[in-house]
Amino acid sequence: MSLNIENLTVYYQTLKGEVHALEDASFSLTDGEIMGLAGESGCGKTTLGTSLILLNGRMRYIRGTVLLDGQELPIWDNRGMDEFRFKQVSLIPQYAMSAMNPTRRIGKMVHELIEARHEDYNEIMPELKRRLDLVELPQEVLKLYPIELSGGMKQRMVMVLSTLLNPSLLIADEITSALDVSTQKAVVEMLAEFRDRKFVKSMIVITHDISILSQVADSIMVMYAGQLSEKAPTETIIRHARHPYTKLLISSLPKVGIKYSEEILHGIPGKPPLLLDPPIGCRFRDRCPVAYEKCTQVPPFLELDKDHFVACWKEFEEHA
Amino acid sequence: MLKLSEITKTYKVGTFGGKSLYAVRKVSFDIKDGEVISLIGESGSGKSTIGRMILKLTSITSGSIEFNGQDISTIKKADLKDYYSHVQGVFQDPFSSCNPIFKADRIFEIMHEEFFPSMPREEWDEKLVEALHCVGLNPEHVQNKFPHQLSGGQLQRFLIARALLLDLKFLVADEIISMLDASTRIDVLNLLADLKSHGLSILFITHDLSLGYYISERAVILYKGTVVEMGETDKIYHTPLHPYTQMLMASVPHLDHKWEQKTTDLGGKVEDITEGCVYFSRCPLEGKGEQCRADIPPLVEVEPGHQVACCCFQK
Amino acid sequence: MSEPKKKNEFLYFAMRNGKLKVGAVIVFIFVLIAIFGPKFARYPLNEFVAGGPNPPSADFYMGTTAYGQDVYAQFVYGLGTTFIVGIIGGGLATLLGMLVGFVGGYKGGWVDEVLNIITNIILVIPTFALLLIMVAYLKLRGVLIESIFIGLTSWPWAARAIRAQTFSLANREFVDLAKLSGMKTMKILFREIAPNMMSYLFMTFILQFGGAILTAATLDFIGLGPTQGVSLGLMMNWATNGSALLLGYWWWFVPPGIAITAVVGALYIMNVGLDEVFNPKLREM
Ligand SMILES: Nc1ncnc2c1ncn2[C@@H]1O[C@H](COP(=O)(O)OP(=O)(O)OP(=O)(O)O)[C@@H](O)[C@H]1O
Ligand SMILES: Nc1ncnc2c1ncn2[C@@H]1O[C@H](COP(=O)(O)OP(=O)(O)OP(=O)(O)O)[C@@H](O)[C@H]1O
Ligand code: SF4
Ligand SMILES: [Mg+2]
Ligand SMILES: [Mg+2]
Repeated sequence: MSLNIENLTVYYQTLKGEVHALEDASFSLTDGEIMGLAGESGCGKTTLGTSLILLNGRMRYIRGTVLLDGQELPIWDNRGMDEFRFKQVSLIPQYAMSAMNPTRRIGKMVHELIEARHEDYNEIMPELKRRLDLVELPQEVLKLYPIELSGGMKQRMVMVLSTLLNPSLLIADEITSALDVSTQKAVVEMLAEFRDRKFVKSMIVITHDISILSQVADSIMVMYAGQLSEKAPTETIIRHARHPYTKLLISSLPKVGIKYSEEILHGIPGKPPLLLDPPIGCRFRDRCPVAYEKCTQVPPFLELDKDHFVACWKEFEEHA
Repeated sequence: MLKLSEITKTYKVGTFGGKSLYAVRKVSFDIKDGEVISLIGESGSGKSTIGRMILKLTSITSGSIEFNGQDISTIKKADLKDYYSHVQGVFQDPFSSCNPIFKADRIFEIMHEEFFPSMPREEWDEKLVEALHCVGLNPEHVQNKFPHQLSGGQLQRFLIARALLLDLKFLVADEIISMLDASTRIDVLNLLADLKSHGLSILFITHDLSLGYYISERAVILYKGTVVEMGETDKIYHTPLHPYTQMLMASVPHLDHKWEQKTTDLGGKVEDITEGCVYFSRCPLEGKGEQCRADIPPLVEVEPGHQVACCCFQK
Repeated sequence: MSEPKKKNEFLYFAMRNGKLKVGAVIVFIFVLIAIFGPKFARYPLNEFVAGGPNPPSADFYMGTTAYGQDVYAQFVYGLGTTFIVGIIGGGLATLLGMLVGFVGGYKGGWVDEVLNIITNIILVIPTFALLLIMVAYLKLRGVLIESIFIGLTSWPWAARAIRAQTFSLANREFVDLAKLSGMKTMKILFREIAPNMMSYLFMTFILQFGGAILTAATLDFIGLGPTQGVSLGLMMNWATNGSALLLGYWWWFVPPGIAITAVVGALYIMNVGLDEVFNPKLREM
């Protein structure tokens, strides 16, 4: 068991009250698993990802435990997390590409980053060069400024950097959203290669593009409004989803081969609830086509089939 | 309806503006009444620049764009409003399309003021409600709100509704889907397709190929400012001929099957091509040779409704 | 939805904003003092009414200077002068800066380059050299001339800042949309771009206002200031010349110092408040 999360709950403190961005998330990842995390904008994907590495500004740890390789991560303690960051857990933040300081040479940035982690730059250098070769980046990139790189090159650079210390868990937040299909493909294939070469043990790949996940992820977890809806092996999610939200989400995806003139796809009517004052019970209730009385209680996240977790009362009923 | 003939846009780059960079190079195609054309290409390939030239937001370096037979560069300031009452644009980021300090409805107020100054308020309000219904919004839910109080999908529909208030003939839709969620995306796409069936022509700019396939009859594939292949969507998608298009099609993530081979060649640094085929340095075709380096291959028709610009397909 | 209603909304939020109210009240109080203060002056301005320095008393509300002039009279008249210099000088600089900044940032191209050259020329012209020449020609200088002079020489900074802001706003998509709505350039500048910079323009005005007051004080100090009248800057300089600091005549230099600080500070607080009023996102949090 490489990662084991139990009841993780994280809120944002705002002047208007608490934003319930992540509520009682419990799931686990096995060694070598690439898990895709999908769900619409604002459902808490970034919150889940970042809470495993750094609780920033307004984030408040409420409850829950995170075990990585059997060791508990003190995620409520920013200082205590220092020894795990980058070494055990690493994150490629959303918008990492644009976050690079444009006035600083990449080599210098790498240097500082490594020093900050109390590692020896010269010792790591050969490995860094090997990895740059692997992702087909010329060593000269270290002498360049971020603006001189294309989007794909930047993204590869960020990937090399964040996995340099061979973390056990890598969280990649929306690393493909700004890229075009061919670059997306290259970047995603590289993720799998990093895993195969054991640079990282397991990964959480956050994106709202499920078709990208279907290419590399071993499993997909779907979130809705701060709650986990479903987690299952990729094939199962795509072909035999059980949660009503997942089903609607999958069926709304346009694919090459589907034309409006031949088959009209439908979106999900309605809007996700505000997390400032979320509805009690299943948060998908308002938009769910099969909701009934029971749904005013929070459905637990249960393993209905092997490795197939669902949080939906209706499904529990059908299954029983 | 709209005809682009050899339009080119160059930008001066370098410290002293010495070099010029081709953002768009000799692009020609036309769009008929009630037709949707998708303009596909990677980031920086010049898609937005073409859209902006059509909207007269960017000047054309050379070549011409004709709208119903009239060269749009000859439109005088006084007649510009008339042009804009038929040709409109919607952009990628709905939030930055709205002035953040005003309520979102102000975009409609401006339309009223600029295009229908003499229309009485009641009549205008009716017209507005109709346009909002047309894009699937309930006026009561969305009016009198600030942009950040609306969702991206709602706001994007607002902006489409804004265009619909006019006697619209042509819409430039520049990546209007990419900031939206999967579940809202399809609604906006369906809306466009619906408008098209009422006679609207649309230039649908995207880098997501499945979206392009869903609504367009024809597709134009752009690489470094040059059209490398264009034609009927089905032909382009199912029998792509240009090596770039082939690579794109092979990279599309499909839900139902996995990518076949690892062929992704990302190309090295951005280079400045002035002569020869734009794709030369990345081209994997066996038939490539000196000729590709020397001449810019013209678009040739390889089958009815399918043109490609590659030396390997010259007669 | 209509225009007046929107303005009321700004007003509504403005009235509820504490910072804005506090700042406005402070500035208002000083304005009142400047306007009505002179009516209560018991002694004429700058006359040597007492034999020497006197601390504040019922007779001399704010004491007298080392030469026996009534500080109260100097203070209230000086405050008025200071407001005039600030408003005319700062206002003129802001207006010129806006004009140059808006047009340059929005139009770009050669228009921008020409304006940029002019801006840079004004920036490098040694202000004092210019002033010396002026002094040679104008034997009698009033506050108005001084203010205009300050306004004409200090706009480049404002122009640069406003140009940069305008440039970034002009490339936003809502400006494209305004163009697609057939709006004219001037209308776009004033109805779309300027409102987004309201707090910024106000901030520029404050800086220019404060800057004008301080520049006036400096000019006064080296004897290039107005040949008649009094200003808070002149008061402070007289106080320094009269060694008020050394001799402990605090009533002489503290009031003008506090007044300048308080007025500029209050304007700054108002700016922060205004930012919240104009920016609906800040307003919500
Ligand atoms: N700093 C913050 N203060 C208050 N609320 C916040 C903050 N950051 C995020 N939120 C709220 O928390 C919820 C979850 O946000 P999060 O960024 O995790 O979403 P996401 O799933 O990553 O979305 P996206 O796909 O848009 O990146 C959202 O409803 C958001 O509005
Ligand atoms: N004002 C400008 N000055 C110089 N170069 C520019 C300017 N605007 C665009 N370009 C260049 O023109 C090229 C085409 O840009 P364009 O915005 O049309 O690309 P795009 O296909 O829309 O890309 P994206 O998918 O990122 O929106 C790019 O290489 C860009 O750097
Ligand atoms: S628990 Fe109820 S509301 Fe939630 S998804 Fe299942 S059926 Fe729908
Ligand atoms: Mg996110
Ligand atoms: Mg673009």
